[in-house]
Amino acid sequence: MSIVRVLVGTRKGAFVLTSDATRERWDISGPHFAGWEIYHLKGSPADPNRLYASQSSGWFGQQIQRSNDGGQTWEPVGNKFVYDGVPGTHQWYDGTPHPWEFKRVWHLEPSLTDPDTVYAGVEDAALFRSIDGGQTWQELPSLRGVKGHLWQPGAGGMCLHTIVLEPSHPERIFIAISAAGVFRTDDAGRTWRPMNGGLKSPYELPDPQAEVGHCVHRIAMHRSRPGVLFMQKHWDVMRSDDAGESWQEISGNLPTDFGFPVVVHAHEPDTIYVVPITSDSEHYPPDGKLRVYRSRTGGHEWETLTHGLPQRDCYVNVLRDAMAVDALDACGVYFGTTGGQVYASANAGYSWAPIVRDLPAVVSVEVQVLP
Amino acid sequence: MIRVVLPAHLRTLAHVDGEVTLDVKGQVTQRSVLDALEACYPMLRGTIRDQVTHQRRAFVRFFACEEDWSHEPPDAPLPDAVAMGAEPLLIIGAMAGG
Repeated sequence: MSIVRVLVGTRKGAFVLTSDATRERWDISGPHFAGWEIYHLKGSPADPNRLYASQSSGWFGQQIQRSNDGGQTWEPVGNKFVYDGVPGTHQWYDGTPHPWEFKRVWHLEPSLTDPDTVYAGVEDAALFRSIDGGQTWQELPSLRGVKGHLWQPGAGGMCLHTIVLEPSHPERIFIAISAAGVFRTDDAGRTWRPMNGGLKSPYELPDPQAEVGHCVHRIAMHRSRPGVLFMQKHWDVMRSDDAGESWQEISGNLPTDFGFPVVVHAHEPDTIYVVPITSDSEHYPPDGKLRVYRSRTGGHEWETLTHGLPQRDCYVNVLRDAMAVDALDACGVYFGTTGGQVYASANAGYSWAPIVRDLPAVVSVEVQVLP
Repeated sequence: MIRVVLPAHLRTLAHVDGEVTLDVKGQVTQRSVLDALEACYPMLRGTIRDQVTHQRRAFVRFFACEEDWSHEPPDAPLPDAVAMGAEPLLIIGAMAGG
């Protein structure tokens, strides 16, 4: 029987949860790296026991940890992230120039084919790559050349938080930055283009045609249909049917279209999930009810999923990297909250249960299915 | 031998308990002690000072012999008591919290 492994990053350490394929009983190990912020940890698709973790601290900076045994043991690898050349300035919150400064790694995306190749999305926004298992890191600097002087931080900082690798087109990578937008390379990072056509940010950007500066919170793609992307923007849930060239709003009947994560069902490329949050000034669910919304039509029409989720007095948030799906049948859906709960559904969202409920605030959730 | 006390998070990272002892060649300064520390414990590179500029991280301080040495030049000699191993160099995470 398959094993399901859930990798949870929190404000005070990492946790690894395992279950058999019934997904009913969970063993919890951790905290790993106790007391440190773990923004993200993720396994290599090419070698699932090769894990990478981003460990950081406001006092002591950035570490990258690597495991070769599925998270039982870890070793620190390279943590030298140096921007290529003179990094220059981006916009500060008030529009004034501000020097680029490395702060932390938000997201680690292992290669689909090589366990030793891994990408790191960092704050201040840039993309780094390691081809030696995380020992050394090199920036893909031309990304910052795409009007980087006009990028600006979101409330959480100017972070490159999403990296989507396309399985059918190995040289194509999508990344997303708050608040700059979506960018795509078709040549493995040598050149990049902004992919923000159709995004509207009237409260943040005075120019309605602005190519960059949009606060994209998350993008997601189904590997069987790489031309279709879904986006949770600061406000608005969006869809692209042309690999990011243009975007259309699909918020439909959502109670609010503010939120952070968006994920795609493992087997149904038109089934997507979001967790609506009240607003950018009230980072909790509307009416104190924790509700996942699912569209089985690729957007516009959304159904409410509440069975097993708190429906009163709930004021947690679900952050952008804190939702994931597994590849079992039926598809499992998982999300973590800033209240320290990780909820799971083993039936594609029809019912939910906490698989752990008193962790530190959850920053990221990833899922692996092991044979 | 030079004695160094690390903050708890860095002791965990370096897999050490209690004080660290270092063999420091030449004059005992912040720079020479940190050079020796990072040579023995490479995972500490970047945690106390920047890897490129070698500037002290903003939330890290250096105490020795009941004095704050954080703002002294990195090549200034540390107190004789530290150089002779009678007193440790304390590397401190700056106070924060409620």
